[in-house]
Amino acid sequence: MKPVLDAPSIERAVARIAHEILEKNKGAQELALIGIQRRGVVLARRLQQAMAALAQARIPLGILDINLYRDDLTKVAEQPIIHKTEINFELDGKIVVLVDDVLYTGRTIRSALDALVDFGRPKRIELAVLVDRGHRELPIRADFVGKNIPTNENEIVHVRFLETDGREEVIVEERVA
Amino acid sequence: MKILIKNGHVVDPKNNLDAAMDVLIENKRISKVAKSIADKADQEVDAAGKVVCPGLIDAHVHLRQPGFEYKETVETGLRAALKGGFTGVCPMPNTSPVSDSRSDMEFLLGEARRLSLIRVWPVGAVTLGQEGKELTEFGELKKGGAVALSDDGRPISNSNILRRALEYAKKFDLVIMVHCQDEELFCGGCMNEGVVSTRLGLPGIPVEAESAEVARDIQLADLTGGRLHFCHISSGKSIDLIRQAKSQGSRVTAETCPHYFHLTEEAVLHYRTAAKMNPPLRTAEDVAAVKRALRDGTLDILSTDHAPHSENEKDAEFDKAPFGITGLETSLGLSLALVKEGVISLKELIDKMSAKPAGILKIDRGHLSPGAPADVTVFDPELEWTVDKKEFESKSSNTPFLGKKLKGRATDVFCDGRWVMKNGKIA
Amino acid sequence: MIRPGKRENKDPDGARWMRKDLLSLEELSREEIELVLDTAESFKEVSSRDIKKVPALRGKTIANLFFESSTRTRTSFELAAKRLSADIVNFSSTGSSTSKGESLRDTARNIEAMHIDTIVMRHSSSGSAEYLARSIRAGVINAGDGIHEHPTQGLLDIFTIREKKKKIEGLRVCLVGDILHSRVARSNIWGLKKLGAKVTVCGPPTLIPRGIETLGVEVCYDLDRAVQDQDVLNILRIQLERQRGVFFPSIREYAAEYGISKERMKQAKSDVIIMHPGPVNRGVELAGEVADGPQSVILDQVTNGVAVRMAVLFLTTLVER
Repeated sequence: MKPVLDAPSIERAVARIAHEILEKNKGAQELALIGIQRRGVVLARRLQQAMAALAQARIPLGILDINLYRDDLTKVAEQPIIHKTEINFELDGKIVVLVDDVLYTGRTIRSALDALVDFGRPKRIELAVLVDRGHRELPIRADFVGKNIPTNENEIVHVRFLETDGREEVIVEERVA
Repeated sequence: MKILIKNGHVVDPKNNLDAAMDVLIENKRISKVAKSIADKADQEVDAAGKVVCPGLIDAHVHLRQPGFEYKETVETGLRAALKGGFTGVCPMPNTSPVSDSRSDMEFLLGEARRLSLIRVWPVGAVTLGQEGKELTEFGELKKGGAVALSDDGRPISNSNILRRALEYAKKFDLVIMVHCQDEELFCGGCMNEGVVSTRLGLPGIPVEAESAEVARDIQLADLTGGRLHFCHISSGKSIDLIRQAKSQGSRVTAETCPHYFHLTEEAVLHYRTAAKMNPPLRTAEDVAAVKRALRDGTLDILSTDHAPHSENEKDAEFDKAPFGITGLETSLGLSLALVKEGVISLKELIDKMSAKPAGILKIDRGHLSPGAPADVTVFDPELEWTVDKKEFESKSSNTPFLGKKLKGRATDVFCDGRWVMKNGKIA
Repeated sequence: MIRPGKRENKDPDGARWMRKDLLSLEELSREEIELVLDTAESFKEVSSRDIKKVPALRGKTIANLFFESSTRTRTSFELAAKRLSADIVNFSSTGSSTSKGESLRDTARNIEAMHIDTIVMRHSSSGSAEYLARSIRAGVINAGDGIHEHPTQGLLDIFTIREKKKKIEGLRVCLVGDILHSRVARSNIWGLKKLGAKVTVCGPPTLIPRGIETLGVEVCYDLDRAVQDQDVLNILRIQLERQRGVFFPSIREYAAEYGISKERMKQAKSDVIIMHPGPVNRGVELAGEVADGPQSVILDQVTNGVAVRMAVLFLTTLVER
């Protein structure tokens, strides 16, 4: 299956998002990145690196597991594995950029917003995603998007990163019933 | 009234019969056992493919009446025994109040007469209230119908009391049936002490709680010359002591129960109260020792220690549930496995379930000699069935064998010439 | 990209939790134990926040059913439940209908009839937790059943060891004291063995249960020898009233032979850690200076207890009934 994004295009997308974040926020001051477990964390690390090179600044990075805030916890057949949440800096007054791999229904982001509020009171929260595949169920939109990929509801978007999956690609495939 | 049991395989250890024969019952007594009896009978039973033997006797049951009628009554207990192929049982006296007087014996005999099912041979208490302190009136008990004495359920811890009981019982030629349990070593245990009790965190009962008291009781039997019978022997250690004592001429006999050669302590895993009994289930080595002892005669007889308890009592935390399992309806099927396995012959099995118990209790039963009371059991050794609590005649169903497939079941039972179970149905 | 019922649940890490009950560590696999520990690590962070609460079990009801008093364990479960946003109610045996002769099953069924999702039970009968789990639909967490197991204590002990020593595999752990009557010992033995530790039990011969070696532990009666090459000493509480007289002659002699004193600590490895499930009989099984000393991790155990119990409540309560 041909990937909709390959390694070089992922790299370009990350670089572009890094630029856009810095541009929109007029530099790196007050910025903080929060990656959503697990692939959002990988993406956030890459953005941190890219922005470090561009702005000569180390932007604090936090890790958030949103599973405990999901609105469907009691409905899923098997409960999710809970990964680490690690936010070792104050959120108060920060411009927080939430980072995730795919934006779909918006429910993950809703959970993340709930979680963030438990950690502090950011000045502003923005959202960066590698792929926006549409089909929102909540009034949520991304501020920074690597690529918009129109999909059917019966398709799955797989984002694969070297760090988590051993290869670099984004593919869309039909859901197997 | 003549009943002819035709074409059966007659096994009568006492008369050394083990062949295809007919049995004629006439006027409540055995009139003839021979090949192809041609006499015209009022009723005929075709026993082809079945075993015809002297009525089975269970020397150790708990009928729970009086006092615990919610667990069992004389009626339900005797029906269970009949279903299991027994023509007579010996109820233990640990009732409430304890059956320690002549009138208690007479009550049991009266109930049995009223029910007209099978026989009851009561066992009277050795000590008043089974308290281990004062002897009961052995003579009166015997006149009331007692065939043996026992404080079963409780040990007789006081060695001097047991000594005097053994001595005094000689006058009446009564056997004393002992439940061997060193109370201090027993110490509130609820299963065999060992690997499984350690894993489950259940207080253990060491084998020595049984064998130490067996050793003492052998000494007392030797000292007194009284007749002593060991109830429900469960361990290899006790068996070794009994074997040695017998070889040196001690007047002791011993029994075991089907669960001690079918199950090990592992049956208790998952805190299954259906496998909680006293003495407790032991190890695989003990099971092997029990089988060896059945084969070499160290263990003389098979009993059930039928100990019914209500579902409410057994459906509880393991340490709070009572000891004991039912056995009357499963005994024959479980014991026939010994024959299948080649541990003992069919003749030896019948001996241990009929002739020998009669011998120990000194009752004229357990044989098909002409003129003997017509207590006869007919069973199909190949009949396969599954232990199902819905089919139990007993009020209780506390057995670890529920759901087990067994081979062999009584089909017809005659007690005193009365055809009390016909083709598996109680008359 | 969460969608109820549409989400992929395959996690590359492997283990899945399928149990509504936690009855023992004997029944858990190594992977299941590790899953609880890993989950507990995530929950430990929650307790360090300003807002020590996540909505994970919102709308779930948990009942503490304690037939033996234990403020410590009960409170730990209570905090764990509250930090997960579950509602928790306490039943204690005194004053409730159990003291009026109600059976355990009836008590539990009554509680269940109030639509409780999970029951946390402490009971004096070994196997009572398994018995209860068989009898009702609600989940059952064993908070100590007789002298059988105390799985959450075992898990929090192992969690604490892993936190301090960064591993379990190959560690030498010695359990000291009354092994016979200790549910903590049994849970520790199962859990530690499954994770590859070498376990020794040390105590008076009267308090070492028969056949304990078959669980894969070494038995030692001499504490001076036992302490020498251990990475962890887990000191069990001696039940003063229950054991004195039959199992050992006097508290004084027990303390002399099996107490962890400052003196004895000199023979132990310098980086040994000292654990105790509490409450400590100071000067009996453990000297005050050692309990308060730098090698003691007793308070970490208490802290970690909440995280481990959060993990256990979280994992079990969300399993479909």
